[in-house]
Amino acid sequence: MTTTFPPAAPTRTSDGPPPATRAVRPIPTTRLVGVELRKMFDTRAGFWLMASVGIVSVLASAAVIIWAPDTAITQETFSTAIGMPLSVVLPIIAILSVTGEYSQRTGLTTYTLVPWRGRVMTAKVVATLLVGVAAMFVALVVGALGNVVGTAVTGLDATWDITLAQFGNIVLANVLGMLMGLMLGVLFRSSAGAIVGYFVYSFVLPVAFGTLAAFQEWFRDLQPWVDVNFAVTRLFDQTMTAEYWQQLGVSTLVWLWIPLAVGLRVILRAEVK
Amino acid sequence: MISVEHLTRQYGRFTAVDNVSFTAATGRVTGFLGPNGAGKSTTMRIMVGLTRPTSGRVTITGRDYREMVNPGLEVGVLLDASAQHAGRTGREILAVAAQTMGLPRSRVAETLARVGLTEDEAGRRVRNYSLGMRQRLGIATALIGDPQVLVLDEPANGLDPAGIRWMRDLLRGFADDGGTVLLSSHLLHEIEVIADDIVVIGQGRIVAQGSKAELLAAAGTLVRTADPSQQDRLARALHESAVVTTPIDGGLRADADPELVGETAHRAGVALRELRAADGAGLEEMFLELTAQTSREGAAA
Repeated sequence: MTTTFPPAAPTRTSDGPPPATRAVRPIPTTRLVGVELRKMFDTRAGFWLMASVGIVSVLASAAVIIWAPDTAITQETFSTAIGMPLSVVLPIIAILSVTGEYSQRTGLTTYTLVPWRGRVMTAKVVATLLVGVAAMFVALVVGALGNVVGTAVTGLDATWDITLAQFGNIVLANVLGMLMGLMLGVLFRSSAGAIVGYFVYSFVLPVAFGTLAAFQEWFRDLQPWVDVNFAVTRLFDQTMTAEYWQQLGVSTLVWLWIPLAVGLRVILRAEVK
Repeated sequence: MISVEHLTRQYGRFTAVDNVSFTAATGRVTGFLGPNGAGKSTTMRIMVGLTRPTSGRVTITGRDYREMVNPGLEVGVLLDASAQHAGRTGREILAVAAQTMGLPRSRVAETLARVGLTEDEAGRRVRNYSLGMRQRLGIATALIGDPQVLVLDEPANGLDPAGIRWMRDLLRGFADDGGTVLLSSHLLHEIEVIADDIVVIGQGRIVAQGSKAELLAAAGTLVRTADPSQQDRLARALHESAVVTTPIDGGLRADADPELVGETAHRAGVALRELRAADGAGLEEMFLELTAQTSREGAAA
């Protein structure tokens, strides 16, 4: 049954003056980055994750001072002690910044206010990088304080053994970790799925690869090229050689850049419900 | 004004929206009525660029939604009141929207007051909100940019009768100020209370559209004279033939068949612009039939 009526003539015609058109200015990308940063902090989960960055730094420094042998109280010990737990927390922040839009369905509002998903994702990537770098500076400062306090307690001279290049490597390692979180968020678009994926990525796969390398001769030389955690972890504690950088490039291409590109492409096209 | 032109959206072999065309006029509240799964939400998501149409297009004030540089200032959108982060406070959700649009912080408090959320309620996290409060918050997000057009999907869902009256007054005022409102509902009575014009959709197709008065009028004949000043003359002529008439929307509804009305007009020497059966009595019946069909099939929204 089809009953069709002609559309009603509008009672209000354009006799009056046209509605005043306001000057509508485009949304600058800096504002989008600001909004994404805000959204990382403004939920209870986000707040505590961010707070945990500071808390973990302080606890790790305290642990070093209490338990590490006196000779080991160097700046590097502090930075490793702080950096490792942070490398677990930071990617989760990155994951939630993407998956919240889907798990909590806020994407419905985000993508209607900003109907260019590429710009939203760019803002998320930039915000993620800013948080990653800022967190490393927090860790650096807390670690330095720890070193000062620690050496004061032990009565030894403070050992400052972190070079700028080393610090740069640590920042890069954490940024890569956060980008992996972002990639998993983009691929899974579900907080639970992406966090499980993240733990598989950072705890199950390394063990699997390590076991394989331990028992299979042929895999031993191959591991640095395919095991992304192996390649990234070297940023924390080793001097990077040209070959190490190549291995980092190859393994992140497979485990990070390609899946990230695929995930972003899907996000740009997928229907938001 | 919102203009939907030959919009189609297919999911595989399922056609969710099937060649839908209608207009939501400026200064009017247009109700988009259809049972669950009829294609209302899909049509609205396409309007704001969340879903790509298979074919056809939608323009809002003459432009594609994605052509707007800051759409929140031009089109207020509420698609799902539950799609808000449960861990944010109502105030924070509005503040994020205001920041995205580049609005001053003061607008948050103003808009909260406008939708009737108290300071205390605004400070609570959304997981503790009732559906009615979420609807008010969603409407606040739509209104905060002071747009010219509102697109609201099931905004009255979860509101109590007083809330529905509040929403009617709000949307009425918005339309009277020259705005365009499109709101959807699966409840005929909600649309009856709020809308001026009604577009009925069922199984992805438009099955009826017109002004509320037209659609809700009982059976009879709808007649419009070419010269509006002649309408009284026609009405008198019909009364002389013992036909009861009611004026609706610049025309008359006559309790007689079109043939008799046509003859009467001819004898009275009144030229007509429109003469047809006003089978609007079917609206409720048709709507019930649509609801029965789709609820059996359980199509997804």
